[in-house]
Formats: sequence, structure tokens, C-alpha cells
Amino acid sequence: MLKYLGRRAIYIAATLLAISLVVFVIINLPPGDYVTALRARYAVQGQGLTDADVEALRVRYGLDGNLLQQYWNWLTQIVLHGDLGMSFEHQKPVSEVIGARLGATLGISIGTLLVTWALAFPIGVYSAVKQHSIGDYTVTTIGFLGLATPNFLIALIFIYFSVTWFGSVPSGLCSPEWCDASWNLGKLLDLIGHLWIPMIVIGTAGVAGLVRVIRNNLLDELQRPYVTAARARGVPEGRLLRRYPLRVALNPFVSTIGWILPLLLVGDIVVGQILGLPTLGPIMLGALKAQDMYLAGSIIMVLSVVTVIGTLISDLLLGWLDPRIRLGHQR
Amino acid sequence: MTVKETEASPESAGAEGNGRRATASQRQLVWWSFKKHRLALVSAWVLGFMLVVIAFCEFFAPFDDRHRDSEYTTAPPQVLKLWDTDGPDGFQWGLHVDGYTSEQDPRSLRITYEANPEDRVDVGFFVKGEEYELFGLIPWDRHLIGPEDPEDPMYLLGTTTDGQDLLSQLVYATRVSASVGVIGVLLAFALGIVLGAISGYFGGWIDNVIQRVIELFMAVPSIPLWLGLAAALPADMSPVTRYFIITTILALVAWTGLAREVRGRFLALRGEEFVTSALLDGSSRRRVMFRHMLPSFSSHIIAALSLSIPSMILAETALSWLGLGLRPPAVSWGVQLQDASKWSVLSGAPWLLIPGLVVVIVVLAFNFVGDGMRDAADPYKH
Repeated sequence: MLKYLGRRAIYIAATLLAISLVVFVIINLPPGDYVTALRARYAVQGQGLTDADVEALRVRYGLDGNLLQQYWNWLTQIVLHGDLGMSFEHQKPVSEVIGARLGATLGISIGTLLVTWALAFPIGVYSAVKQHSIGDYTVTTIGFLGLATPNFLIALIFIYFSVTWFGSVPSGLCSPEWCDASWNLGKLLDLIGHLWIPMIVIGTAGVAGLVRVIRNNLLDELQRPYVTAARARGVPEGRLLRRYPLRVALNPFVSTIGWILPLLLVGDIVVGQILGLPTLGPIMLGALKAQDMYLAGSIIMVLSVVTVIGTLISDLLLGWLDPRIRLGHQR
Repeated sequence: MTVKETEASPESAGAEGNGRRATASQRQLVWWSFKKHRLALVSAWVLGFMLVVIAFCEFFAPFDDRHRDSEYTTAPPQVLKLWDTDGPDGFQWGLHVDGYTSEQDPRSLRITYEANPEDRVDVGFFVKGEEYELFGLIPWDRHLIGPEDPEDPMYLLGTTTDGQDLLSQLVYATRVSASVGVIGVLLAFALGIVLGAISGYFGGWIDNVIQRVIELFMAVPSIPLWLGLAAALPADMSPVTRYFIITTILALVAWTGLAREVRGRFLALRGEEFVTSALLDGSSRRRVMFRHMLPSFSSHIIAALSLSIPSMILAETALSWLGLGLRPPAVSWGVQLQDASKWSVLSGAPWLLIPGLVVVIVVLAFNFVGDGMRDAADPYKH
């Protein structure tokens, strides 16, 4: 297990380094550097930057060195000082802008992940156990549709029906009358009332994908000889299912953390935009459009790091759950 | 598939069929197996139809993609009628649509349109319309369907907020969006197959290096990467350049999966007898790889390709919808759906979501064809 952990740790470090390199390239792709952009911005607003200011900023970001030095400078600032640079659109350090919204983003994502699991597991198991039933066909069809529909389209359809039926769109995370109220039952209900649409929109593709994986895995498992053998010995169906195939089919649950997290975070970019959520998505989109590259790059960095950590957690859990994986790595 | 439709499948032909099955070529076996997959067959027809529309899109679109009618903005779809009972002469045959009456709300200044049976717009097939050049070569001015008088409004799927014909835009958008998917996958595939082949055939440290590189690529979440790269493009790029760069970006991020697929196949085949005998016969490594091994799993590759196109199409649609992919004047499904993103507009104009329906249909069709191909790819399995 220790050897396995060590290998994973080295791999994670290499991945993070690669991600930082990619993000740095993205930050530097648009023509002109940060200080030139800032200066142009100030000039538009009628405030000039003195040459001394410009010089100080250039030194601060190490813009006069070559690209390798700039990269080193940028990386050490992050690692040693947690300084991700300045967002010129928000006139604030990037870490503040992100920090203010990271909570809501993670909250919605993790909430959606839990709902995704809670929905996908029973549906997937049902559809595998009752293969070729009407329920199975319905689920499979809906699953295909869910995977084929871009999530912003689902959001738009929701908005259309919401406007035609209720006359308004539930935007944000709370209604105006509850936003400043202290926590009580009413506010909680209000929050849930606002959360279900983003959750459905963000979660649909995830549920559809996961149901498919669970169904296929369980179907494979149900055809194994050990199932036939257990049945022949007279083990009751329910107990047979719970005891053996289900436990194997549980693996995708754990291994999804890695790929489902980025899916959820990207869903957030789309939904946050339409529904006006206080999450990272809309900020990231704004930053990308304004080419506010330190902010945009940092958000990509944060999303990637979250994904890598998610993958690590799921790998470790898998190794712990499934001896085949753990031992396979010890060769 | 060049096999004729009339050929019966070998199962129905009994003993004689078994004989045919034994002598049938690989391609025929795959086709017979594919034909049994009904959904895949229907999807293949859908894609074939789409291909024809893409090839002759100037002819299929009633109007040019730059056509703009400021008199009718966000007008609802019209119903195509075969006869007329409200006209001045009573009952009358003739393909037509009803014109519009417009009314402006004095407070919101919003214009609403209603069908006006009094105002008959005659519609015909192969009518003269705006001039265009087919394939950029053959000048022509006929359109499959259109108003007899080019000045009349005929908007079968309604108009956009700019007063453009949604149907015409949709036809042009299909060309752009579907080709982004196909070209992107082909680019990704070219990259993937070369590296995957090298990796899978040589193995050893070369394989190790290539696999680690692929793993690193896969570790960076693809969609934020797409967004970041697309956002870094300068805003004043020409639509054509932008189209190719966006396609390349999509391909750059998507090649890893295909490379893995190809590598897996090469690894599995490396130990087969026919490979060893080809090598013993003195074939060069390149010849063994590309003439002997590659053809033996080409149908798997076609299946993998057609299964990767949907994600490419969905990515382009989402990118363009977010305003980071293709931009007007280029039209793609994503660009079209931008029109529907304001809920104040959408609530009065649900037809703006029609491009979304087309996205879903095309993506499903590629998925089904891919599934069918994958099942059919191994005709000896059953």
C-alpha cells in the first residue's frame, strides 16, 4: 500500500507540474502582457499609471525576464505566497475573487454529486436486474437523450417552462426576501427551491453516464459462473444480489469522482451563467471573455487541481476497496 | 457500403446462406451484421441525409445565410398549407403559407406576429431566389423551396431576433457544426493513430514515454482547457481562420482517447500468427503495421471515430454558445442557440430552440451508428 501511495504521489506531483505549465501557457497566449493590458485599461478610465508604477509592476511580475524565468517567478509566488496574481477586471487579488466563490461552487458540485449517486445507483441496478423490461427501455432511452443533450439546452428548456408556467425564473441561490435573513426553516426551503434546477441541469449527463456504467458492469457480473453457482445452491435472489455482484458493481461509484467532478464544474459554467449563481462559473466566463488571463488561468488551475485531488481520492478508495487494484500495482 | 440492399442476410437463406457466409468478404459480413441493428441503420440514413444537405446547402436553404429581413424579427414559424379556403375565390389548391400581421405593444414596444390568412404567400419548389455558387464553382439561383416572389416572407421555422430565416441558418449551421466534429475527429485520429501505432507496436520504453505523455494530457480536465485556449484567440480573427483553429483545439484535446484505443489493438494483435508470418516473410515493420495490422481492426477504428464525433460536436456547440467558439457572422448550432439564451426572448419564441433539437438528433445518430459499427466490427464473434 505504501509503495502504491508513493507511486501515486510522484504521479500527482508530475501532473500538477504539467497543469501549471499548461495554465502558464494559456495565461501568456493573448498578445501583450499583464502590465500593458492594465495600462491600456487605466488609460481608458482616464487615470494614468506613472512610469515608476509600471516599472514596479514589471519587476513584481518578473515580466522583463525570459519566459522560463517568468514561469518560475509565477510558480514560486503561488507555492510560497499563495499569490495567484491580480485580476484587472475586479481590481482585486485573484485569490480573493476565487475564495469568495469557491464555497458555493464546491457546495453545489458536491450536492449534485450526492444527488447523482442517489439517483444513478437504484436506477442502474433496477435497469440491469430487470433487463429488457419496459422500465429498462425507458431508462436506457432517457439515458441516451441525457448524454446527447448539451446541458445548456436543458437549462434553456427549464427556463422556457418556468417562464411560461410560473412567469419567472428562479435565479440566484435565494429569493430577495430570504437572502439577508438568518438561517431558519424558511430559508432552507427557499434554498432547496432554488437548488433543484441547477442540480438537475448539472447532474443529468452525470446520472445518464453513471447509470450506463453501473448497468453494464452489473450485467457483466450477473452472467458470471459464480452467480449461477450461488443460485444453484439456493441462495435467495435478493441476498445473492446484495452479497456479490452489487459489491463489484459499486466500483464505478468510487472511480467516477475523477471524471464527474470536472463535468459538474463545467456544468456550473453554463448554469451559473443562465441562472445567475454566485459560483466560479460566471466569473470564469467573464474573465475569459475579457482576457483577464490571471483570473481565468487561476480558475482553470483550481478546477484542474480539484480534479486531480478527486482522482487521487477515488484511486485511493478503489485501492482500499478492491484488493485486485491494490495488489496489481505492487508487482 | 457498396453491397446492394436486395441481398438477403445469410441467416434467412439456410444451408445455401452458410455457404455464402463462408465465402463472404469481411466487408460483407460487417454489413450484414450492421443491418440487423435497426436503430443504427435508421441513424445511418439520417446521417446520409445530413451529408446531402451539407453538400448542397445553398440549394436546400431558402435564403442566403446573410439574408436579413428587418421587417420580421422573431416571427413565429409558418404552417405550409396545400389548399386555401379563406381566399377571395373560396376553395383553392396551391402550396402556400400565410403572411404575417404585426402588432406592437405600446408599453413594451415588443412586436408580436400572427398568421394572416388573408395574405397568401405562394410557395413553390425549385424557385428562383438569391444567386449562389454550388461548391464555389457552379453559379445557380434555384432553391429547393421558397416563396414565388423572393420579396415575400416565407419562414417555415420562424425568424431569429435579427430577422434571419431560422431554417436557412440551420442548414448552414449544420454544415459548420457537423464538419467541425468530423474534421476535428479526423485530425485527432491522425495524431492518435501514429503515436498509438508506434506505442503499441514497439512497446518498451517508447511505449512508456508516449503513455505517460497521454496520461498527463488526460489529467488536465479537457473543457476548462478548451475554454482557456479558445479565449486566448484574438477577437479580430477571420471566421475561416477561427473555424480551423477551434477545430484544431478540439482535436488537440481529444486525440488521447483514440491513441489509447489504437495502442490497445496493436498490443493485442502483436502476438498473432499472421503478424509473425508477415515479419518472417521479410515485410518491413511499416508494412506490417499499416498493411497487415491496421486493416484488421479498421472497423473498430471507424466505430471509435463515430463514437468520438458527438463529444466533439457537443464541445463546439457549448463553446460557441458561451461566446468563446465560433462567432457571428459564422453560424453554428451553438451560435444559433445564443439567440435563445435571454429568457425574456425565449419565453415568447420557443422555436429558437429548434437548433438544439437538431443537435440532439445528430449526436444520437452518430452514437447509434457507432454502437452498431462496434457490434458489427467483429463479424466472427457470433
